Amino acid sequence: MGKMTIQQMIMQLAGGMGTSIQIFVVTLLFSLPLGLVIAFGRMSKNRLIQTIVKFYISVMRGTPLMLQLMVVYFGPYYLFRVKVGSGYRLWATFIGFVINYAAYFAEIYRSGIQSMPVGQYEAAQILGYNKFQTFFKIILPQVIKRILPSITNEVITLVKDTSLAFTLSVAEMFSIAKALAASQTNMIPFVAAGLFYYIFNLLVAVGMEWIEKKMNYYR
Amino acid sequence: MKLLELNHVEKSFGDLCVLKDISMSVEEGEIVSIIGPSGSGKSTLLRCATMLETMDSGEVIYLGRKAAWTGQDGRAVYAGKKELKEIQSQYGLVFQNFNLFPHFSVLKNITDAPLHVQKRDKESVYREARELLKKMGLEDKEDAYPYQLSGGQCQRVAIARALALNPKILFFDEPTSALDPELTGEVLKVIKSLADLHIAMVIVTHEMAFAKDISDRVIFMAGGVIVEEGTPQQVFASDNERTQSFLGRYGTIL
Repeated sequence: MGKMTIQQMIMQLAGGMGTSIQIFVVTLLFSLPLGLVIAFGRMSKNRLIQTIVKFYISVMRGTPLMLQLMVVYFGPYYLFRVKVGSGYRLWATFIGFVINYAAYFAEIYRSGIQSMPVGQYEAAQILGYNKFQTFFKIILPQVIKRILPSITNEVITLVKDTSLAFTLSVAEMFSIAKALAASQTNMIPFVAAGLFYYIFNLLVAVGMEWIEKKMNYYR
Repeated sequence: MKLLELNHVEKSFGDLCVLKDISMSVEEGEIVSIIGPSGSGKSTLLRCATMLETMDSGEVIYLGRKAAWTGQDGRAVYAGKKELKEIQSQYGLVFQNFNLFPHFSVLKNITDAPLHVQKRDKESVYREARELLKKMGLEDKEDAYPYQLSGGQCQRVAIARALALNPKILFFDEPTSALDPELTGEVLKVIKSLADLHIAMVIVTHEMAFAKDISDRVIFMAGGVIVEEGTPQQVFASDNERTQSFLGRYGTIL
């Protein structure tokens, strides 16, 4: 690779930016609902389900995400000799991120659900709401309001964590910045990458604040 | 037919026996107050009658339909889900701390269950809800949220919410215990005004003057048993030693 202009570098980085955003969006889209399902498993009266889910959450929280990504990517071949193409890199990234973040979200949901006063359930029961209605109409909306600050924390961490996809050579922002910086012997890609993550998180913070404000119509 | 029958209800929390062989009934349109010292089992009785608490043994019958009975092993057996749901639609409950849904406006608190549980027609539900709000003196509060209301207003919304489902019997679990004397007055006034709706009411209360004034029948509970039961005049003028010691001061004031 020859010398590139700043513009050319930015163009290359922009491609990586797209991939980073893709990882971010896919992870949230799937881990937020999956986290709720896992939270139910964690609170299940069935001891077996509860134990399995507890173990899963402790592994997800207790080992590095980078290691989990590698296991998801290399596992199929090392364990089952399943040949995976290079297209699996991005999929493995998605899967790794989703199952990791779902575990964190599950614990956040659980804390929110368990902090709800029992009176809300009793009122719903007396008024004749079924279990489904009680949860989705009465409990969950209030839980979401309560847990929003913790969710914001996780989402901001996720923005920065997308850079871990470089371990699977996924061409996201950070991998490209690293490659460019090396080939161009130049700090600019790192500065640009830093700016990208910072501005991304600024937008996330503004967006989450907006949602929090939207939910301030009640206390 | 009796609206509600409780027969031989027993309930313990661990080693603590809270209800000992309680039997009582409520007739259509009747107003019954349950009074007694704290910890006498009044609220637990109400919670057993409304199925928020499962009793250990005994019978709960609404309009001749059995919601629960004592099985052969001496433990309470509850009716199936569908039967319980139908029985449940006969009664409502007003809680001590209101338990309004904070994320619903006043109007939605009242209309949501009639619309989505009873699946009634939107127009009539809203019309009735607004009538109820007017009756409660809250016609200008339908768009407010519970946090914007005083405790007394919250409790009146909770009463409207319970009434919106057209119950035959309405239970009140110490409806004014979380309120100051001024707010207590406004809530009691509202409950009194319901007397002409001919809904049966069972009121657990510490407001003796109110109980004496509004009730057709007063039940005095202590230590998990019904000590005495009768018209307000009978109970408030009772010779029973336990009743006397509880009501003593009220007897002389009233």
